[in-house]
Amino acid sequence: MENTTQIAASGAATWAERWRMPGVRLGLLALLAVLAGVAFMTVGVQTDWAFVIEHRGIKLLTMLVVAGAIGMSTVVFQTITHNTILTPSVMGLDALYQFIQAVLVLTLGMAGVVAWGVLPKYLLEIALMVFFSVLLMRWLFTGQSSSLHLMLLVGMVGGIFFRSLTSFAMRMIDPNEFASLQDRMFANFNSIQLQLLWPSMALMALGLAWIWRQRHVLDVLALGRDVAVNLGLAYQRQVLQLLVVMACLVAVSAALVGPVTFFGLLVSNMAYQWMGTRRHNWVLPAAVLWGCVLLLGGQVILEQVFAFNTALSIVVEFLGGMVFIYLLMRRGKA
Amino acid sequence: MPSPAVKARAFVALWSGALVALFALALWSLSVGVSDVSWNTLWSSSDDDMVAQVLLYSRVPRTLALILAGSSMAVAGLLMQMLARNHFVEPSTVGTVESATLGMLMMALWAPDWSVWAKMGVAAVMALLGTALFLAVLSRVKLRSAWIVPLVGLILAGVIDAGATFFAYQHDMIQSLRAWANGDFSVVIEGRYEMLWLSLGVTLLACLAADRFTVAGLGESFATNLGLNYRRLVWQGLVVVAVVTACVVVTVGSIPFVGLIVPNVVRLILGDNVRRSVLWVAMAGAALTLLCDLVGRLVIAPYEIPVGTVMGVVGSALFLALIVRGRRRAG
Repeated sequence: MENTTQIAASGAATWAERWRMPGVRLGLLALLAVLAGVAFMTVGVQTDWAFVIEHRGIKLLTMLVVAGAIGMSTVVFQTITHNTILTPSVMGLDALYQFIQAVLVLTLGMAGVVAWGVLPKYLLEIALMVFFSVLLMRWLFTGQSSSLHLMLLVGMVGGIFFRSLTSFAMRMIDPNEFASLQDRMFANFNSIQLQLLWPSMALMALGLAWIWRQRHVLDVLALGRDVAVNLGLAYQRQVLQLLVVMACLVAVSAALVGPVTFFGLLVSNMAYQWMGTRRHNWVLPAAVLWGCVLLLGGQVILEQVFAFNTALSIVVEFLGGMVFIYLLMRRGKA
Repeated sequence: MPSPAVKARAFVALWSGALVALFALALWSLSVGVSDVSWNTLWSSSDDDMVAQVLLYSRVPRTLALILAGSSMAVAGLLMQMLARNHFVEPSTVGTVESATLGMLMMALWAPDWSVWAKMGVAAVMALLGTALFLAVLSRVKLRSAWIVPLVGLILAGVIDAGATFFAYQHDMIQSLRAWANGDFSVVIEGRYEMLWLSLGVTLLACLAADRFTVAGLGESFATNLGLNYRRLVWQGLVVVAVVTACVVVTVGSIPFVGLIVPNVVRLILGDNVRRSVLWVAMAGAALTLLCDLVGRLVIAPYEIPVGTVMGVVGSALFLALIVRGRRRAG
């Protein structure tokens, strides 16, 4: 009797040890993501498979792109800014992207937009986005080190400012069309701009590969500016490059599905908690995988299990907002 | 040191100047619109009462509604700032407006045939609960840095808004929700705005208690020490804010940032004394709302941009300026 409990205990210990290994945890997470993907493709199929695979396959690809873009960009942003509650979308960057879109339509006119074609316009938008967000970040993060709460407030009010400007510009473009356009102001994973999917995938893959190669640099950056410089890093240049790639990724996800304020926050914090380490070669894939699990699993659960006719992004906003308040309160106590 | 007589004369001059400016804005607001209302046609052709009708049933109610809503929202913002003891909050940034909207949505779904007053009552109760929730969350946040208060408010507003959107999406009511969330005075005609007089009445009551709210703004222990029932005062203030917000949201939709910008600008000039600043806040609120509505009516005439959108741009830009200014002073 004694023996068996001892064996059980020692077995439990080895399991606990294994459980603590980052590789095992990442593997489990990957398994979970694959399961969510399979469930997403197969649950509740009623018509013939060819149609389902094409229809859901596009959605699946989009969600993978969005999960990759948001997960990577958020972790990079948080490493550069040395905190875990600022994210690009909380700082109003995807609102900035929407504003750039609206201003382009306003200045070029509808005819001009058609003449430009989808892809060149997309690339122009991304170029503008990179330029302005790097400017914005430089303005925010240089000078005296101001309090985190102040930065957050500036970001959130800036987001409101860009959103108001966007709806102002949209009214200027066509007051009659506005009512129908306004419904699309929150993220929707069901209506996807198909023409943008392939260029977005290419951009995302490039960005991901580049950030993955920089993962050790990110580890050094996380130690703080002084240590990083001391270790021989070209700090300014590295941060600038990372910001540029991050802005591209934010633009990719905002162009595909629109703004999702708190998704990045959920995903990155789940990745830190789950992996129990801040090394980027574990955290980066974990954030992307959690993004896939949340998006795909969440969509399956919402659509099939609860039969909810709702946009996943609304649920994400609701949960993410509460997590955010919790994080703020916990920080306040510490 | 100027003598009291000179001071009083300057005071009167300032006041009459402000009143004249407000009156001029109101006249301008009366004369802008699709159908041509010039003062000549109004007085000369007595047989053609088309012009008079436009004026009486559309323009005058609209202008009155703008003044009423603008001034009472500005005063509501001032009250919120005293109650939360922070200069950067107002009904549309702490979840009051979103809660009132949620209340309206609930009524539209479950009791669509209730009278508009009953709906407003439910919206007011929801607004009260939402604001109380904000204050409760705030008291749980240990670190009261000046910036965390509006931050918590904005996120709480987002959470409540997401909850409302969730229900609205299921019942295909996103459009109504957006209409309540974005103030628009183009729907105001005779008979559609009278509820705003109630919000003016409540606001005047709050003005009478201005001294108490000044004391409340100094904190619970100080107020109690002076013999005030602090909790009761906070609840009274919350009721005023909730009723004003509900009235405005029900009749024209939310007008963001008036309650934030106006009291802060007035405070820069007059300081923190509520009794001295409350009438100025009311007047400046009315003037700012009139001005934004005029801009919205003139930019893409004959179409209109709702005042909520114009105010969103102007208000958030000024809010950013206030924050950055505060940062400079703090740093």
